[in-house]
Amino acid sequence: MRKQVFPALCLVFFAATSAFAGEALKLATTTSTYETGLLDYILPPFQEKYGVEVHIISVGTGKAIKLAENGDVDLILVHAKEAEEKLVKDGCGKARRGIMYNNFVILGPGGDPARVSKSKDVKDALRNIARMKHVFVSRGDDSGTDKKEKSLWRKAGLEPCGGWYLETGQGMSATLRIADEKNAYVMLDRATYLFNKDKIRLSPLTQDNDRDLFNPYGVIAVNPEKNPHVKYKSAVALIEWLVSPECQGMIDTYRVNGKQLFFADAIE
Amino acid sequence: MANELKGAFEIIFSLEREFLSAVGLSLKVSLIALFLAAIIAIPFGIWVGTGKFKHRELTSAILNTAMSFPTVVIGLLLYSFFSRKGPMGNLGILFTPAAMITGQCILAFPIIAALVAAGTRNLGDRAILAARALGAGNIKSILLFLKESRLIVLASLSAAFGRIFSEVGISMMLGGNIRFYTRNITTAIALETSKGAFSLGIALGMVLMVIAFTINASVYYLQPKKI
Repeated sequence: MRKQVFPALCLVFFAATSAFAGEALKLATTTSTYETGLLDYILPPFQEKYGVEVHIISVGTGKAIKLAENGDVDLILVHAKEAEEKLVKDGCGKARRGIMYNNFVILGPGGDPARVSKSKDVKDALRNIARMKHVFVSRGDDSGTDKKEKSLWRKAGLEPCGGWYLETGQGMSATLRIADEKNAYVMLDRATYLFNKDKIRLSPLTQDNDRDLFNPYGVIAVNPEKNPHVKYKSAVALIEWLVSPECQGMIDTYRVNGKQLFFADAIE
Repeated sequence: MANELKGAFEIIFSLEREFLSAVGLSLKVSLIALFLAAIIAIPFGIWVGTGKFKHRELTSAILNTAMSFPTVVIGLLLYSFFSRKGPMGNLGILFTPAAMITGQCILAFPIIAALVAAGTRNLGDRAILAARALGAGNIKSILLFLKESRLIVLASLSAAFGRIFSEVGISMMLGGNIRFYTRNITTAIALETSKGAFSLGIALGMVLMVIAFTINASVYYLQPKKI
C-alpha cells in the first residue's frame, strides 16, 4: 500500500503547486482604478496583444508601494506623487510615468451642517467640519487618498482627533459606505464617487477647480536591479501600453452612468 | 432586499463566470488543503489519542489551543514567510492559490488532529487488543482500528472543512483576491459587500451554506444505524 501512496502524494503536491505557479504579471493598484472597472476595460487589449495575463491586486497606495519595495509585484499603479518619486529615488521603482488624473471631492449629508459648500476652499471646509465636530470618516489606511487627506488637514493647520473623526482602515468603497450610513463627511476620488453615486445619499460639496484636490495617477515598474525575479520586460510593455495613444483614448472614453471618471494626461 | 434576493437567484441559475470561478476556487483550495492536512493530522491525532508518551496531556492541550488559531495570524505569519523579502520568498507563491492552500492546511491541521485525538482516546487500546486477540497482524489491526474510528475521522474532517471553507483572513491576505485566480467565495463576498452590491454576495453565501450542509448531512448518513 505504501508504494502507491507515495507517488499519489507527489502527484497531489505537483498538481497543487505547478498548476498554480504564477507566470502572470502582477499589478498592485489602488482601489479606485480597480473598483470602478477601469482596469477591466483597458487591460484586455494588452493581454490579447502580448499574451501576458495581468493579475490585479487591489490595495491602498501605501500597501502597493510596500509590495513594490519588497518585490512582491511587478509594477504598481497608484496616486501619491511624493511617495512614488521617493520609491524611484530609493532605487526600488523604475520608469515612472504619469498616465491620468481626476480630482478629489468631499461629500457630505443633505443640509450640509458644517457649511462645506459655502467654504472658500478645501482647507476652510476642513476647519469648518472640525469646528462643528461633525462626523468625518477617513480611510486611515495609508492609501493615496488617506495620505492626501492627512496632508490637507496639515495644510489647514489641524490635527483631527476625537470622537467625530473615524478611521475605517478599509478600501474606498467600504469607507464611503460607512460614511453614508453615518451621514458623515468623507473625502474620496471623483471616480469612486461617480461609480457609487446611485447607491449613496451623500452629495459632493467641494469645487472641482480647487488645485489642492488635484489627483494624478502614476505607474511604476519594480526595479529589476533590486529584485531580479520581477518580469521587468512585460512590466515595461504594460507601461508602454498604458501611455500609448490607443489606451489613453480608451481612458478618456471610459464612462460610468455617462460620466467620465479619469482624464488621460500621458500625452501632452 | 427583495431585489437583491431575486438578483442572487438569477446569478445562481445563470451560472455567471464570476460566481462559478469563486465557487470552483473555494472547493479546489479547501479540498486540497483538507487532504494535505488530513494525511498528517489523522495519524498524528491517533498517536496523541492512543500513544503512551510523556507529555501527552500537554500535547493535546497545545493542539486544543491551536484549534482557535486566528486566521489573520496564520495569514500574517505566512505572508512574512512568502514575501520576496521573507525566508521562502524565492518560491514566489505569495498571491497564488498555493499560498492559500498552505494557510488553510495549517488552519485545518490542529482541528483534525485534536478531534481525532479526543475521539480515539478511549477507543485505542480496546480496539487494538481485540484485534490482536482475534489473531490480526500489525497492518490488519491498524486497518481494523481505522474502521472503528472512521466516524471520528469523518466528523473531524467535516469540522475542519467547515472552518477552512468559510475562512476569509487567510484567503484575502495570501491570495490577494485576484479575479478569476485567487478570488474565492468568502473574499468575493467581502469585496461585493464593500462595493454595496449584495446580490452576488448573497448568492455565494447561499452556495457556501448548501455545500457545508451537504458535507455534514453526508457524515450523518454515513453513521452506522444504532438501535
